[in-house]
Amino acid sequence: MARTIIPFGPQHPVLPEPIHLDLVVEDEKVVEARPSIGFVHRGLEKLVEKKDFNDFVYVAERICGICSFIHGQTYCQGIEAIMGIPVPPRALYLRTVWGELSRIHSHLLWLGLLADGMGFESLFMHSWRVRERVLNIIEATTGGRVIFGTCKIGGVRRDLEAEAIQNVLSELETIEREMREITGVFLNDNSVKKRLCGVGTLSREQAYDLGCVGPVLRASGVAQDLRQQGYAAYGELKMEPVTRTEGDSYARCAVRCDELTQSVSLIRQALEKIPPGAIEVKVTGNPKGEVIMRTEQPRGEVVYCLQATGSKNLQRFRVRTPTFANLPAMVQLLQGCDLADVPVLVLTIDPCISCTER
Amino acid sequence: MPYFQMSRLVLKWALTAPPTTRYPFEPRRPLPGSRGQLVYTKDNCVYCTVCAKRCPTGALKVDRAQKKFILDRLRCISCASCVEICPKDSLSLSTGHGVAATSRDNEVLGGS
Repeated sequence: MARTIIPFGPQHPVLPEPIHLDLVVEDEKVVEARPSIGFVHRGLEKLVEKKDFNDFVYVAERICGICSFIHGQTYCQGIEAIMGIPVPPRALYLRTVWGELSRIHSHLLWLGLLADGMGFESLFMHSWRVRERVLNIIEATTGGRVIFGTCKIGGVRRDLEAEAIQNVLSELETIEREMREITGVFLNDNSVKKRLCGVGTLSREQAYDLGCVGPVLRASGVAQDLRQQGYAAYGELKMEPVTRTEGDSYARCAVRCDELTQSVSLIRQALEKIPPGAIEVKVTGNPKGEVIMRTEQPRGEVVYCLQATGSKNLQRFRVRTPTFANLPAMVQLLQGCDLADVPVLVLTIDPCISCTER
Repeated sequence: MPYFQMSRLVLKWALTAPPTTRYPFEPRRPLPGSRGQLVYTKDNCVYCTVCAKRCPTGALKVDRAQKKFILDRLRCISCASCVEICPKDSLSLSTGHGVAATSRDNEVLGGS
């Protein structure tokens, strides 16, 4: 049968960010997918040589608009590890709370995009309606809606008063109730299940061998979540990685739905246990040394490599983002799928192209 | 119950007030604590240039000799670094955001 190449992207209704795929199709079956990236490369890694290491937190936060806080947090943790800065416990708890709020808003955004990719417009809008509540909490507590700007080397820049903590907790109850309504549709609705169940199955071995991370890996049955390593305040909170064994699109959706509830639980635990005290320590001197820092973003594991030579500018800054690790899995998933399933499969790895290209 | 899961919600949502507002007739009120535009109070300023040195984007320029404070709003990211470091509290962040500008010059404010 004759093969046809269908270009998919960089501008496509289901793609929130530009990535180009050449889909080689036979009839309606995709036999090969060739991705090409490079549309939003901004050279942020090179910028580290020009910016003061304290100011670079703002650049690190702008690597990605969705997991911005965790990018800033990972960078700060890296510098703090090099310089041996003891971060106050209250700051670690606040970082945990904001990191989990960031995870909730990322997953709700993804659920909306998935619904949009399937053509389920009303579900898309209602997912984002709930996300708006989370963004309001973030704005009230940090001052920014997407770029938080609260993480700094040595701690955080804003504190939460007792009244603000109560407001967050009461708003979380509403958010959790509304989230359950929406995730109930994603997990139980027949039309959603028909689009997701059995589509793009990735076995446990395949997911592991392809180097998948985050919800894609956990949906195939590998219980790997870097938060278990106990960075920030995670070591003092109770959590188990959310896993599924099916490895299909439905499992990837279900993992993210369950992680929403898990994040709410983590925020509650953190706000109940948050210790009083300082939120930052003074940072003096320049970093000298090298560190590799890993944290769990909404999309999976991010790896930061920082090299400092004792001057105010770092020598090298390298980021391995979760989407980059999941791209080989996406190419694998697309081989042999129906053309109509391509949008769903591309979305189930939760691609963040700005992260990938930096 | 897998059937009518969405239908029940749609019915519920149809009977509740919409969460959206009738912008621009009802402008959005910023939340307290929101980081908006930088506000400069000339009276307290001693032109020490600390804010300009601390600014991560180079949006601030302070001329001590001519007693001039220049803010390029298009470069300002409202990070509040200058507000935190100002020794005379002459800088603060409002909760509001500015209107769209028609030219770059309109957004460069010089206070002398």
